[in-house]
Amino acid sequence: MAYVAVKGGERAIDAAHGWLAAERRGDPSIPPLGVAQIQQQLGRSVDRVMAEGSLYDPQLAALAIKQAQGDLIEAAFLLRAFRTTLPRFAHTKPVDTATMRIERRISAIFKDLPGGQLLGPTYDYTHRLLDFSLLDDATVAPGPIAAADTETMPRVSDVLGQEGIIEPDTASEQEPGDLTRESLSFPASRDVRLQALARGDEGFVLGMGYSTQRGYGGSHPFAGEIRMGEVSVEIEPAELGFTIDIGDLVLTECQMVNQFKGSKTVSPRFTRGYGLVFGFGERKAMAMALVDRAMRAEELGEDVTAPAQNVEFVLYHSDNIEATGFVEHLKLPHYVDFQSELQNVRRMRAKQETAE
Amino acid sequence: MDNPRSARQRWMSVLARAETDRLRALLEDQAPLPEYTVLRGPEAGLVMVRGRAGGGGAAFNLGEMTVTRCTVRTETGLIGHAYVQGRDEKRAELAALTDALMLDPGRTDALERQVITPLECQQEQRKEERAAKAAATRVQFLAMQTMRT
Repeated sequence: MAYVAVKGGERAIDAAHGWLAAERRGDPSIPPLGVAQIQQQLGRSVDRVMAEGSLYDPQLAALAIKQAQGDLIEAAFLLRAFRTTLPRFAHTKPVDTATMRIERRISAIFKDLPGGQLLGPTYDYTHRLLDFSLLDDATVAPGPIAAADTETMPRVSDVLGQEGIIEPDTASEQEPGDLTRESLSFPASRDVRLQALARGDEGFVLGMGYSTQRGYGGSHPFAGEIRMGEVSVEIEPAELGFTIDIGDLVLTECQMVNQFKGSKTVSPRFTRGYGLVFGFGERKAMAMALVDRAMRAEELGEDVTAPAQNVEFVLYHSDNIEATGFVEHLKLPHYVDFQSELQNVRRMRAKQETAE
Repeated sequence: MDNPRSARQRWMSVLARAETDRLRALLEDQAPLPEYTVLRGPEAGLVMVRGRAGGGGAAFNLGEMTVTRCTVRTETGLIGHAYVQGRDEKRAELAALTDALMLDPGRTDALERQVITPLECQQEQRKEERAAKAAATRVQFLAMQTMRT
């Protein structure tokens, strides 16, 4: 009996996937969507899939988006699955965001910070009115240009750091933990927390960050600096014995400057939260910086009372691939489990009736 | 650029960013090219990208990127390596071949002028175009003094 059911299931599954492929293609009279089009014209989706799929490859992310019919979590899942088929050659030198080729850089705390403020290709200040001209394929003029300034753009944390009024970065030559190699364990150090946040679900991290602003573990944040642009990536292959530059990545970084902290030995100074994500992902980078700061509560001697300060809670629930797996597994057959529950309930009801 | 290692680092970084078709076309103009054997790859793999907490602190693993590597040996015995972003195997192979050819003192100058420099110019031009667009969005704050007086 069971065997027949399996065969029936197979046929149904094949038919379902056949229909899916046709649904994905849509009306054949409409031209098919090219992967290059997705890569070029749906850049923010591509960036999000690369960040949450934890794999920087714009073409593959675009392909995943096409395959998943624009379901971005499904697309990130496809990237995560793909990465398991490849060997890892090396790790990079830590990228230097101070030398980023800036395309956007803003600060909410200093109007005139060295290097100035560049808005970049932002949705800020748009009116959020639907642009009906996009219904027609009107040609778009190339953006305006101006003479580029060669002024360096120090990170705002370095600007404040010169005065000693903000906590400095603490260097460590320790090998960072890697969630793709070892599963999560607690207490989780900051390197692991940052990795988890960088690949965490944007919606989840956004909600947790938002909760800190609404009073659940508030730390009075200021967007010290947000910068987006290209950084070079360097590795040191053993066969060469020197570092080589292998390409460029677009990254978004957020330096959150938070309420101060001092002690008998240390003068009061601002504390910090940090966000860094693949692609142009400002919302995610900002939310990540808020949650990073919240998760530093214990280290900074604050009471751990709010969800965003609870490292276990945040890290166990930030990954949308894991969350999808566990939530969606509920739709798989639980026939036997349910039969036993059914028998339990019936037995309890029978007992109740005989007692009456 | 006097140091041979830094010279090689420079051309390898240019080759890592080269477009496959352009590199192929530029190399064709250098014919005849020596025969070569591929010693390793070209094979696609991953590199774990690291960042630093706070920008300058302890390293953390940000996420992976795709990289393709290749090693070739020319019939004259020169060994060239390439690690290039993405999964384009032909690009990695051509970059490794060019790296090997650049190590041949009889070819270095011609390749530098006709392959590396043109590629580098193209890459610099792209950077300048992006920088010019960014510069156009620079905010010029003006103190609104007239409103106070």
